[in-house]
Amino acid sequence: MNTDHYDALKKIIKIYLPEDVSVDDITPKSHLINELNINSANLVDVVLDVEDHFDITIEDDEIEKMDTVASALEIIDQKVS
Amino acid sequence: MKKRVVITGLGVCAPNGVGIPAFTEALKNGTSGIRFQQQLADLNFGCQIAGEPEIPDDLLAEYFTPLQLKDLDATGIIYGMIAGVDAWKDAGLTVTDKDTVDYESGIIFGTSLLGAEKFRKAIYLTDDKKVKRLGSTTVIQTMASGISAYLGGYLGCGNQVTTNSSACTTGTESILMGYDRIAHGYAKRMLVGGCNDSGPYIWGGFDAMRVLNKKHNDHPELGSRPMQSDASGFIPGSGAGALVLESLESAIARKATIYAEVLGGAVNSGGQRQSGSMTAPNSVAVQRCIKDALENTAVNPEEIDTINGHLTATGMCPTEIKNWSEALGRSGTAFPYINSLKSMTGHCLAAAGSIETVATIIELHEGMVFGNRNCDDIHPDITAIVAENRIPNKTLKTPIKIAAKASFGFGDVNCCMLFKKYTT
Repeated sequence: MNTDHYDALKKIIKIYLPEDVSVDDITPKSHLINELNINSANLVDVVLDVEDHFDITIEDDEIEKMDTVASALEIIDQKVS
Repeated sequence: MKKRVVITGLGVCAPNGVGIPAFTEALKNGTSGIRFQQQLADLNFGCQIAGEPEIPDDLLAEYFTPLQLKDLDATGIIYGMIAGVDAWKDAGLTVTDKDTVDYESGIIFGTSLLGAEKFRKAIYLTDDKKVKRLGSTTVIQTMASGISAYLGGYLGCGNQVTTNSSACTTGTESILMGYDRIAHGYAKRMLVGGCNDSGPYIWGGFDAMRVLNKKHNDHPELGSRPMQSDASGFIPGSGAGALVLESLESAIARKATIYAEVLGGAVNSGGQRQSGSMTAPNSVAVQRCIKDALENTAVNPEEIDTINGHLTATGMCPTEIKNWSEALGRSGTAFPYINSLKSMTGHCLAAAGSIETVATIIELHEGMVFGNRNCDDIHPDITAIVAENRIPNKTLKTPIKIAAKASFGFGDVNCCMLFKKYTT
């Protein structure tokens, strides 16, 4: 796992966290919707922010696999390298 | 038996004042909110001045979460949230916690076209084959009911939450709709009002219709001239006004401040027949609407102390005055006081009726009639009907018992409301 990517992803996710979830609650294993309580409608915005930040394009079938922080990082690491 | 309905909260986001204290001062002093708009000049608009509320950036954090502020382009939602949340807090009402829904409180908050700037960006991205780039907030910022949805989520209202739309009648109509709901016992409290976006994509169509005043680009504050001999078009505006309507029994039980009583009103359409059209009112219907409002509220025409007119300055002001005079059977020095807030704010479109009603309620509460700005050469067709001293150009301190407010909109739609100083 690329820690630079992990830190950047945490920063992106931060704004989408509900009031009762802290950025410190994020771990690689965290499920974006079930554990971090991100509104499912906002997942498309997280993807747009990730695309902008890393200058990559994420396809629809890849978005479906991005359920945890780790799985999102896997796609990012693979695309950026 | 209908329930009595009172006003317990006010909020406003007007071109000449954001928040009730600033707006009240502006009313008393006749302060103009019309300013030169560089963007309109750059786009070759005929009319390059407009009424747009001035919102400090640091104010927004009180009304929106950081996530909501990200990519927030719908100015109507910004204005509506400021006015609506302010009115709720002014009424002494609280925001529910995340597990509580207030089923006795609802929202009817109108608009015309919402989120025009957001929609413009969405169109460019879509045409550029980048539809995925629209993000998750294009829909909620461009649906008409976006404003009632944002307010509903902030406040936790569980009664009817909806948006009405009837062009420039919208803001006034929302008050009648909310009144009806409480009077019939379907809700205890209704947050009502209207908002309208700012900007060239909203105002351009009016510029194209040549209904805007193009002659005062160098003197913005003199540009809005309702009832004047040289009135040659309205000045476009924007903003929001909001009122908390509440059953009298609920207001008394909460020991709330009561600004005024809503007696009720009437709404109708001229059917775009006779003198009416898509863009011009049928005078027969206008007079009927005013008379229906009197009948529905059991108010005699002589009891009306002041009128806050529609009076946009397009050249239809003499016709409107004639309609009031004939409907009320009053003229000369026996005519009520009459004023037009648009002389200070321009025509705030779907927000106009709500901002102007907030002004009317402040008049009732403070015992004053605000002066008409830019009012020193009244059209002769108006002075032939109404004595000049009934059209004050300076604010008068005088007790007001009953005030009328009417708005007329494209589609030949009318709404007239009557408000009374609250007495037990």
